Amino acid sequence: MVSRGLKRLYTFLIFLFLYAPIIVLIVFSFNNSKSRGVWAGFTFKWYVELFKDAEILKALYYTLLVAVLSAIISTILGTFAAIGIYNMPGLSKKITLNLNYLPVLNPDIVTAVSLMALFRFLKMEFGLATMLLSHIVFCTPYVILSVLPKLKQMNKHLAEAAMDLGATPFYALRKVIIPEIMPGIITGCLMAFTLSIDDFVISFFNTGNNVSNLSIEIFSMSRRGINPVINALSTLMFVSLILLLLIINKRTEKNEMERGV
Amino acid sequence: MKMKKAAYPYILWMAIFIVIPLFLILYFAFTTGDSQNFATFQFSIDNFKRFFTPMYLRVLGRSVNLAFVSTIICLILGYPMAYIISKAKTRKRNMMVLMLVIPMWMNFLLRTYAWLTLLGRNGFINFVITKIGFKPLELMYNDKAVLLGMVYNFLPFMVLPIYTVLIKIEKSLIEAAEDLGASKLEVFSKVVLPLSMPGIITGITMVFIPAVSTFVISALLGGNKYNLIGNLVEQQFRWTGDWHFGSSMSIILMIFILITMALTSRFDKEKEGGGGGLW
Repeated sequence: MVSRGLKRLYTFLIFLFLYAPIIVLIVFSFNNSKSRGVWAGFTFKWYVELFKDAEILKALYYTLLVAVLSAIISTILGTFAAIGIYNMPGLSKKITLNLNYLPVLNPDIVTAVSLMALFRFLKMEFGLATMLLSHIVFCTPYVILSVLPKLKQMNKHLAEAAMDLGATPFYALRKVIIPEIMPGIITGCLMAFTLSIDDFVISFFNTGNNVSNLSIEIFSMSRRGINPVINALSTLMFVSLILLLLIINKRTEKNEMERGV
Repeated sequence: MKMKKAAYPYILWMAIFIVIPLFLILYFAFTTGDSQNFATFQFSIDNFKRFFTPMYLRVLGRSVNLAFVSTIICLILGYPMAYIISKAKTRKRNMMVLMLVIPMWMNFLLRTYAWLTLLGRNGFINFVITKIGFKPLELMYNDKAVLLGMVYNFLPFMVLPIYTVLIKIEKSLIEAAEDLGASKLEVFSKVVLPLSMPGIITGITMVFIPAVSTFVISALLGGNKYNLIGNLVEQQFRWTGDWHFGSSMSIILMIFILITMALTSRFDKEKEGGGGGLW
């Protein structure tokens, strides 16, 4: 029997390992010195510099633009694909699903260079368009994988009943199927959004000269050495993430209260 | 069913953006010529011949070795963690899972970069060590730093699938084993461990695949002289411009992944890939 104290210690150590670097980044984002071993007093200097940095602001804009667009497009593409795949007969369903798995299983770098080869082959100009396309390519499979289980859970006869009662397939889709699988669609959309925001490898290979997202910006900055502006950026990202989580938490609690749970 | 037509646009999409790119990589891998000009391509297996020389094989060996070791460390550290979380009460359990997921939502590069601040020559750890009165350590730009970066980045990928499988294990099975006189250790080795196998398999693939193909972690923590196969592919495509050689290495990477999948799927009795995703 493992004692409770030992369990607690182990959990604490693992979480310390996971959070220590993040905490260090946050602490040093307020440090009034470039070197990291020394604490030279409290400052907001790096935050001011961050918002003066045109490069970073441009990268932030591109990151959000690509994330929003690729989330919307891959959600629409993926939802229809999932409905279609669900209604396919055995063998073609299997083949389609396996093909769809490829971008999920393949290492990022292989997906990245294969798309790079494709865009080169099509003689496309590398830039925002190629980056957006490549994001849709690797996000859509995740949307499909989060919508399919919801389709499996759905009562098969609902859509049939609707059509028996005179609904056109499109009407049945809009009024019956889509509302039923909405949770899966939302999960897929959020997943696509976060994957796109976080992506580095695929963007790095498939972007043009003056289009970079935050990850690419961070990569090139960190190769040049340590820059406290990155610390400030991480802190802001981390804080906004925590705030987002708290808001979601509050809202679900409120909903539960209203429903009298 | 009429509904299957809904997938046709995506099937066309997959043909263009998934199938054709892979065939292009294959085509590049088995040809040589000027990468910029498709008219100059000639069939050859020189790219593979070039790869199977000691210099490149060493790089492949190091990549596989590092990925393997980091996967093992993740499993050893991650399994007890998943077990502890699965045993906790519901509220605490959800809290712990959330705490595990939050770092994953931080930008991957920032998380790796954070270790620079800790491990650097005048970084935080060396600052503490010198304060105590020891000599500063060389913590950066070596195998161990890359390994640490891998374990740090991929540990949650090991814990989550195992945890997902562990909470699904029926309590009655464990009680039955205890009733039949099994010791704690026997319950674990004969009931819990075999049942959590699908999660372990998913975890192993989710750690090994990104670890063996990474170039970011080695570029940031391994320094410039440090090469893994991912860095080689990156160099060929981004700097050297020899897409043929780069493609052949991508093919070799893919073959490795397929071998991993084949090995792990033999253990996976449920064809569903029983481990959960990240959500």
